Amino acid sequence: MLSEFAMSRTTATRIRRGLTLPVLLLIVWEAASHGGLVDPRFLPPLERLAGTAWREATEGRLLGDLAASLARDLVGFAIGTVLGLGFGTLLGVSRGAERLLGPIFHAAKQVAVLAWIPIISVWFGFAETAKIVFVALAAFIPVALNTLEGVRSASVQLVEVGRALRFSRWQIVRRIFLPSAAPAILTGVHLALIYAWLATVAAEYFMTVGPGIGGLIIAGRERFQMDLVMLGVVILGCVGFALNQAATAIEARALRWRGA
Amino acid sequence: MANGELGLQGIAKTFRVDGRLLPALDGIDLQVTPGEFITIVGASGCGKSTLLRIIAGLETDHAGAAVHDGKTIRGPSLARGLVFQEPRLFPWLTVEANVALGLENAGLSRDAKRAAVSEHIALVGLTGFENAYPRQLSGGMAQRAAIARGLVNRPGVLLLDEPFGALDAFTRTHLQEELQGIVAREGITAVLVTHDVDEAVYLGDRVVVMAPRPGRITRIVAVDEPRPRSRTAAALLHKREAVLAALDSGGRGRPEPRRLDAPDEPLRQPAAAIALQGAA
Ligand SMILES: Nc1ncnc2c1ncn2[C@@H]1O[C@H](COP(=O)(O)OP(=O)(O)OP(=O)(O)O)[C@@H](O)[C@H]1O
Ligand SMILES: [Mg+2]
Repeated sequence: MLSEFAMSRTTATRIRRGLTLPVLLLIVWEAASHGGLVDPRFLPPLERLAGTAWREATEGRLLGDLAASLARDLVGFAIGTVLGLGFGTLLGVSRGAERLLGPIFHAAKQVAVLAWIPIISVWFGFAETAKIVFVALAAFIPVALNTLEGVRSASVQLVEVGRALRFSRWQIVRRIFLPSAAPAILTGVHLALIYAWLATVAAEYFMTVGPGIGGLIIAGRERFQMDLVMLGVVILGCVGFALNQAATAIEARALRWRGA
Repeated sequence: MANGELGLQGIAKTFRVDGRLLPALDGIDLQVTPGEFITIVGASGCGKSTLLRIIAGLETDHAGAAVHDGKTIRGPSLARGLVFQEPRLFPWLTVEANVALGLENAGLSRDAKRAAVSEHIALVGLTGFENAYPRQLSGGMAQRAAIARGLVNRPGVLLLDEPFGALDAFTRTHLQEELQGIVAREGITAVLVTHDVDEAVYLGDRVVVMAPRPGRITRIVAVDEPRPRSRTAAALLHKREAVLAALDSGGRGRPEPRRLDAPDEPLRQPAAAIALQGAA
């Protein structure tokens, strides 16, 4: 009973602490745009933002844009994650693969992800394919890297248990390497989820304009509708936050065997 | 049922540590007849674990020949089960799943596997902990789960590296009885390493006494006492004295029992050992 009470209290405290700053910011925002501190054309008041959100959602393109961005994000994320998992495992398990592909990979990962945009544009054009390739690349790198590290960190002693029990190569990968790497892999997937979303926005900014939250923001900027721009930014933040929360929850569940 | 005959001829193993050669085993000769129970005692670092690993087939880079039922051992086999000195449980699997690993490639039906697993979990007294994770077990419980994993597959040759070291006296006695029963019933050939001379004499048909630097067999004490044995039988006490004397004359003192989770001790004076061995 006591511990339950203590727990619910700490949860409440945590939520209160987490909300303090955002709420304060909103108050300052509201006060600033009403009090004439800033030009409301640069910082529209919250109620106008809410109005815009409602209008865009019901009759405008907001939901379509959001769906387009999320679809792009998830498809790219899925492709990048699957490839990263395979690639990282291969590099971690096979000496030959490591020797052949390792140097290129370790050099390529040093290149800032944004720097790939021109190359990908040339190779894949500016259309949807290129955007998804870019998002996939952003997801691929952290997953591949963390998978590789995770597989490498697998205990030699447990691999020996597998050998003594006549595990096949594939069994050693599936029963020992991948579970050993699971915490690292989940970290990688978590990062991939965040990077993929950032990359989605970047692709929408820097590649051809099309449906998507990035496109919405660009449209808002071109028409000097600051409320549209702010709306886009707020949505980007909220989606990123939601993805992060979901990843954290999944991670905690999947790694229960590690305990507190 | 496989025969379980083992032959070790001129086994020698040298490790390279820090660029220097460390002779771990030298000139090991031993014939083990099917169904025989061999126990090995010897000071820490005399190569007992290394010898078991060679028989298991985990260590193939050695001189001499290790032969199992007429075939040279070139790698691990399900016909030879090894219980490691450490529990080596998979931390992400429950006790039940860890024990089932022993049957992963045994080709049994699902139900047969399940039955064998729960039977062996009961055997080592872990019933009720089937769904516990290794981090939730005590050292002794983890070791018992590892013993169950080694036994569940009923290999013709069972290699055990200080399996009972981390157990309390009561559980140890119980598991000694169980092990002895299984080994006798199934005609299993067993090689068990221990630091406990009483255990070695009580369980062994022959007690192999080893001495370190380089690891070698200094004496083999046959214990002809029929089974079931009484721990206090005069003949056993006699053999115990003989084993202790052999250990002492090895010049390295008696083996001290060690905790399972104690870190491996650092290499002691490898230089002297090398000088003794020459450039072997
Ligand atoms: N992988 C290895 N690399 C280098 N040296 C090793 C290795 N394994 C064992 N040795 C050395 O070989 C010798 C024998 O080791 P081993 O583990 O077989 O001893 P042991 O008799 O089992 O000792 P204990 O009773 O402490 O378990 C030791 O000196 C050890 O340092
Ligand atoms: Mg040992």
